[in-house]
Amino acid sequence: MAICEGKTFRYSNASIVSYGSVAGKVESDGPFGDEFDEIIEDNKGSADTWEQAEALFQQKALKRAMEKANLVPEKMDLIFAGDLLNQCTGSSYGLKDFYVPFLGIYGACSTFAEGLLLAGAMVNAGYVENAAAVSSSHFSSAERQFRFPLNYGGVRTPTAQWTATAAGAAIVSASQNPPFIKAATVGKIQDMGISDLNNMGAAMAGAAYDTISRHLKHMGSHPEDYDAIITGDLGEVGSNMLYELFRRDGVALEERHKDCGLLIYDREKQDVHAGGSGCGCSASMMCGHFLKNVENGGLKRILYVATGALMSPTMVQQGGNIPGIAHAVEITHK
Amino acid sequence: MNISNQEYGELAKRVSPPSSMAKTIPMAFLIGGAICTLGEALLNMYAALGFSQDDAGALTSMSLIFLSALLTGLKLYDRIAQHAGAGTLVPITGFANSIVSPALEFKSEGFVLGLGAKMFVIAGPVLVYGISASIVYGIIYYIQTLL
Amino acid sequence: MDIFLDYLWAFLVGGALCAIGQVLIDLTKLTPARILTSYVVAGVILGALGWYEPIVDFAGGGATVPLTGFGNLLAKGVRRAVDENGLLGAFMGGFTSAAVGVSAAIFFGLLAALVFKSGSKINETS
Repeated sequence: MAICEGKTFRYSNASIVSYGSVAGKVESDGPFGDEFDEIIEDNKGSADTWEQAEALFQQKALKRAMEKANLVPEKMDLIFAGDLLNQCTGSSYGLKDFYVPFLGIYGACSTFAEGLLLAGAMVNAGYVENAAAVSSSHFSSAERQFRFPLNYGGVRTPTAQWTATAAGAAIVSASQNPPFIKAATVGKIQDMGISDLNNMGAAMAGAAYDTISRHLKHMGSHPEDYDAIITGDLGEVGSNMLYELFRRDGVALEERHKDCGLLIYDREKQDVHAGGSGCGCSASMMCGHFLKNVENGGLKRILYVATGALMSPTMVQQGGNIPGIAHAVEITHK
Repeated sequence: MNISNQEYGELAKRVSPPSSMAKTIPMAFLIGGAICTLGEALLNMYAALGFSQDDAGALTSMSLIFLSALLTGLKLYDRIAQHAGAGTLVPITGFANSIVSPALEFKSEGFVLGLGAKMFVIAGPVLVYGISASIVYGIIYYIQTLL
Repeated sequence: MDIFLDYLWAFLVGGALCAIGQVLIDLTKLTPARILTSYVVAGVILGALGWYEPIVDFAGGGATVPLTGFGNLLAKGVRRAVDENGLLGAFMGGFTSAAVGVSAAIFFGLLAALVFKSGSKINETS
């Protein structure tokens, strides 16, 4: 059977001109705590509830990014944003006061890459001048929606991941300054037969493998050509599975691979089990750390592959599996 | 994909770290045992105060449930549970925690549809199947008494 | 010395019942709600068979505090109610014997929710 190969989009005129990140307490205690633009120590700020707090995180992240680029809302043409809450309300409530044309997107934890590649495409096509990609996740709102009440003493299994309380926003425009969006590959929905709600990394590793393989093939590149291949939140289990899948093709991905879920926390000292997860995990790591390094030339060429577990507790309770997806965005200094 | 779903599932199982049972089971034993010993002490105390065995048992349950509600409210119960695992789940205090924590959590959605409606979101099945099992037993027992 | 033995048995039996729960969590991936439900139903069955009461006599709080003890209490209540009220008792005994525990959990839960707010899970840095 012929398999759809998809396309890798090439961009010639899309640059990430600004980016902002906001993180919570546990993230600020992690190894990249100093790199986020803003820390909200009590994870709530001025909000009354966790859902409102998540909206606030998105709002602050976009505000930071706009300030850095001296952009006012009237200059913004389009926002792509998403989060994990039902009906993506973290985005719609958080960004409504900007009064900027808005497209809500959902790709679970792959949302930030989805937003980035769409914003790049709209800018590159010349439809808009300034487009933003925003996404967030919040530990407490995610626990409430997907798992248990916060003060319930349920036990977390060792493969479970810790939803990051963080948000990231990036603004894409046509500019001569790095970091540039060079190419992007849209992921396919991969159902690998995983149904364990506490093992998202395993559900997503197959999708990451498929997208990375197709991207490298279309670009005619190899893992060695990149300074880093950065996955979103595969965590410990998913990363090890990804290495195993590439090993079968004779490729040693581990030499170039980094995973935001494994980086964002100090797993020796912080009780986060298999690592971080959530849309905000890779969004904040990109906007807090990696884009900065591409901009100043510390990293010349990176492949950002955000991974998402397209799960709903309802479907899983009805006996369904957890399909995964991954979108790749190639970002360069030159 | 270069792998079948079956092989993929086996790979997932292989790379997933197992629970460190050498640590979790002794912790569950110690903390669970400690809660039960506290229960025994309360039982003895109420008995010494002159309550009947049944009343002392009921008062002990009440006291433990109160303590669990308090610790849940102070956000300490889930912290202990991080280390205790089933040690804080299986005792009656775990049952109380499963009722108190959603009450606290969903208060933000209002007192009726939040707090009130969601209170039994975890403990509901315990009552449904516990009470139903007792009714089935009651019917069987009744038939036995007829024979 | 006797009192010390009472406490020791309560500790050992209660601890063992919790350790079994932990083994189930670690090996079978049963969710906490399923474990609680299984324990109560197991308690009803053991109580119905008359196997749980000897453990209660022996271990006291070690047998009554875990949720199997709650199940045993349900079975005991039903038996008593059927003896007194016949078939109707089957529908009375369970709730009667569960009354104190469930009422206490509801009322203290309500009080706690009125007094306290749900809090961020604290991630301890060890």
